[in-house]
Parts: sequence; structure tokens; C-alpha cells
Amino acid sequence: MNKRVVVTGLGICAPNGVGLADFYDSMLNGKSGIIFHQELADLGFGCQIAGKPEIPESLKESYFTALQLRGLNSSGIVYGVMAGTDAWMDAGLAKADKDQPDWDSGIIFGTGILGIDKLRESIYLIDDNNARRLGSNSVMQTMASGISAYLGGILGCGNQVTTNSSACATGTEGVIMGMERIRSGKAERMLVGSCNDSGPYIWGGFDAMRILPSNYNDNPQEASRPMSASASGFVPGSGAGAMVLESLDSALKRGSKIYAEVLGGAFNSGGQRGVGSMTAPNSQAVQRCILEALKDAGVEKSEVDVINGHLTATSKDAEEIRNWSEALERTAKDFPFINATKGLVGHCLAASGSVECVAALLQYREGLIFGNQNCQDLHPEILELVDASRIPMKTTSHKPKIVAKASFGFGDVNACVIFNDYKEM
Amino acid sequence: MGNDQHLVQLKDIIKTYLPEDVPVGAIGEDSNFVKELNINSANLVDIVLDVEDAFGIRLENEDMDKMQTVRDALNIIAQKLRDKK
Repeated sequence: MNKRVVVTGLGICAPNGVGLADFYDSMLNGKSGIIFHQELADLGFGCQIAGKPEIPESLKESYFTALQLRGLNSSGIVYGVMAGTDAWMDAGLAKADKDQPDWDSGIIFGTGILGIDKLRESIYLIDDNNARRLGSNSVMQTMASGISAYLGGILGCGNQVTTNSSACATGTEGVIMGMERIRSGKAERMLVGSCNDSGPYIWGGFDAMRILPSNYNDNPQEASRPMSASASGFVPGSGAGAMVLESLDSALKRGSKIYAEVLGGAFNSGGQRGVGSMTAPNSQAVQRCILEALKDAGVEKSEVDVINGHLTATSKDAEEIRNWSEALERTAKDFPFINATKGLVGHCLAASGSVECVAALLQYREGLIFGNQNCQDLHPEILELVDASRIPMKTTSHKPKIVAKASFGFGDVNACVIFNDYKEM
Repeated sequence: MGNDQHLVQLKDIIKTYLPEDVPVGAIGEDSNFVKELNINSANLVDIVLDVEDAFGIRLENEDMDKMQTVRDALNIIAQKLRDKK
């Protein structure tokens, strides 16, 4: 018998809010985290706007020791450690004792690339024949698993501690991986989440692909336009989201609050076959992923009442909506409510799935659905499938029951997780 | 600049790398960096780099191997400074 898995803690470090309270306030009131970055303009970027969490130096001291802060030049580690530690504390969990790890708690914390600024600093030293001056911390700040390693040490987790990486599907994939581990009885608690560095060395490659909007440098808050007819590319973002997943038994024993239940999920790949490619999703795979997630969760197509889409604000948004519509066999006013978190935070890349899962889960706590941004001019192909009333422009009161959250990534990879309003039974 | 002054400077460098439960007062000339002060051995390379910057000297791998205690470090620093003259 599979163990039931619930979410007992959330942590967030997003462009429009650092910490749950700030983030919730921004999501509720439609406050954007997208701003103009002079640094990107100076470097001649086409897209000079981005989403980046604002972290005061003094705040870092609450999460890192003075020694850890020395030479720390990996923004992903900063975001991930803050979100991960916050989620742990939000769940009412303590750090493990000094001499004994918590064998029943593990971590799956993903990223795309980690510590790119540290890597750059190191490359300059090495090219200057000065590798000996790197010091001890360049490896741990630039290894992909650095983020799970930092969190593992801070919290003292003794179960599986690892880092997953599947481009923009990373965060959602991690939730499903953590759920499976608890479900099968191999762990009681899994801290899951993902982080993404910020800065020009992360965003430059996307700018070069001409898939970022270049016409909004003067009005950044209007640039991220998921589902809009005038969407012209995703706004690059960064940050981290984190969730504590826990067996229902453990959560009840601790008397912990429960945000929602993780009913099931699925990941797959389109194999870069058919219309799928390195950068474009194979619709057949996307639909299969959604259906497999529902099957895993034991949920009927008709039961999904809220979707948090991947919806990046490119021409692919209409295709994603068509995939949801065809997979669920639902259209017009029968289509679930759907929202896109990226309108306010941009595309947080490897962190997007976890940041957006946190947003989706806060909707349970508050009994509402966050509004969509910058899509008053809904794409006509979307309106052919979905009634406009299902795409709320403002935060709307509605207690979610079944929420489906999907993320898609380069490499033609997909992940879809199904949350449920937790009911005692 | 005498040995006492070097010790003050060295203590100032070492204190950054002490675990939270080891007080600065625990640093003596006989202290072994790893065994007594519980400094993570990976951080010894950082102490070496800080010493290089503070005293304007360069320490080689064999110097680092010999640097087990605070007194070892002081001796190496004194030797390097003499060599420099």
C-alpha cells in the first residue's frame, strides 16, 4: 500500500517576493518582479529586463555562517538555501542534532547550472596561471549538486540528498521524485525544490537565441505576457522555490499544518521525434504526460478544476492550451481555471517549476486563484478553445480541489504533478 | 615585526575558520589546526592563501604539509620573511 504524501512546508525566493509573506502579497495584488537591468543594457543585450530576487546582504547572514559567506559567489545557492531553509522551518521542522543526521529526511533540489559567477571568477584565475589561488570553495559552489549539498549540511539530512536537472521541468520533476520516494516508504520527509542563478551569463544564451522580448525595455512589467496575442518571448528570471513533502503519517504525528496532498504525477519525453525537438515539445508526449499524471493520481479528467500552466509567453502558449484541452477533453466554459505565474516573475528557468508549485499551493491556503497578468488581449487560438471566464485576470475567490501543474523543458522533457485539497479520511 | 605581532595577525586569520563551538580563546601556539581547533582540513588552503596575502609571502605545498600547528605556521612565516630580505 502506497503511503499518502502531503505538503507541509513552503519556501520561496522569487523575483517579486522573498519569503512567503512578500511573495503571497505580490501574487495577490499582481505585483511584478520584472525590472530593467542596466548591466544587461551595458552588455548590449536585446532583452534588458529580467526577474531577480532582491536579497539584502544582512538577510544572507540569517541563513549562512560568516565562513560560508566568505567568497560566496553563487546566486543559485543563495536563493536555494534561503527557500529550502524557509520551507523546513515553515513545516515546523528543526535542524538535525550536531552529531546525528535525520535518516528519514532527504533532499532533491534541482538546478540547471550552478554558480556561474563563481565559475567565471575561477576561469579568470586559472587562465592567469593562478589556479592555486582558487581556494577551497570553487568546487562546492559550482558543482550542480552544490545546492543539495549546502542544504544537506545545514539541515543535517541523512536520507537521499541529490540534485536533479531537466531544464525548465526541473522543479516539477523534483516534486514527483520526492513524492515517489515517500510513497514507497524510503523516506518520511523530502525537501524538494529547485534554484536558478541570475545574471547575464545565465540569460545571454537565451538572448542569443532571440527568444526573449526586446521591445519592453522601457516598460518591463508588461513584457511577460503568457496567453496574450501580443506575447513576444519569455522574460528571463531566476530564484528558487521549495516544498517539504511528508508522509501523511509523519505529518499527522507531528500535528503539522497541511497545504495539500500530492496525489500523483508523471514525467516523460517526446524523444525529440515528430514535432518535438531540442527546444519544442512534442504535443503527443505532453498529452500523454498529463494523462499519465491523472492516472497515477487516480483522478478523472473532469475533476481537474485548476491548472497552473507552463505558459512562458511565447507563440507556444496556444499549443499548450490545446494540449490541455485535448488531453482533458474539455473546452469553453467546461475548461478548468488556468493561470500562469510567469506573468509576474518571468521564466525562472530551472527554478520555474518549484516557484510556480509554491504559487499553486498557496492558492489552497488562501482559497483563491491568482490572477493572470498582461493577457487582456487573449490569443485568438486560445479563445477558440477556452472561455475567457476560465482565465481570471484578477485574483479570484475559489477553493481549489484538484490542481494540475505542468512544466516542460529543453530536451523535449515534461513533468506534470497533481495536487489535491487535503481531506481527512 | 616580532613573533607576538605575527601571532595576533594569524589568530585574526584563523578565527574565521573556527567551527561555531570553538572560541577564539582556544587558539594557542601549540594548537593543532585540524585535531584541536576542529578546522575543516579543506579550509587549510584558505588559511594559507590568507597568510600569503597578509604577510606578502608565498607558501608551497610542502610548507602546507608541515603546517600542523599554529607554531608551525609562525615558524614558516618567519622563515619566508627572512628569505625575502
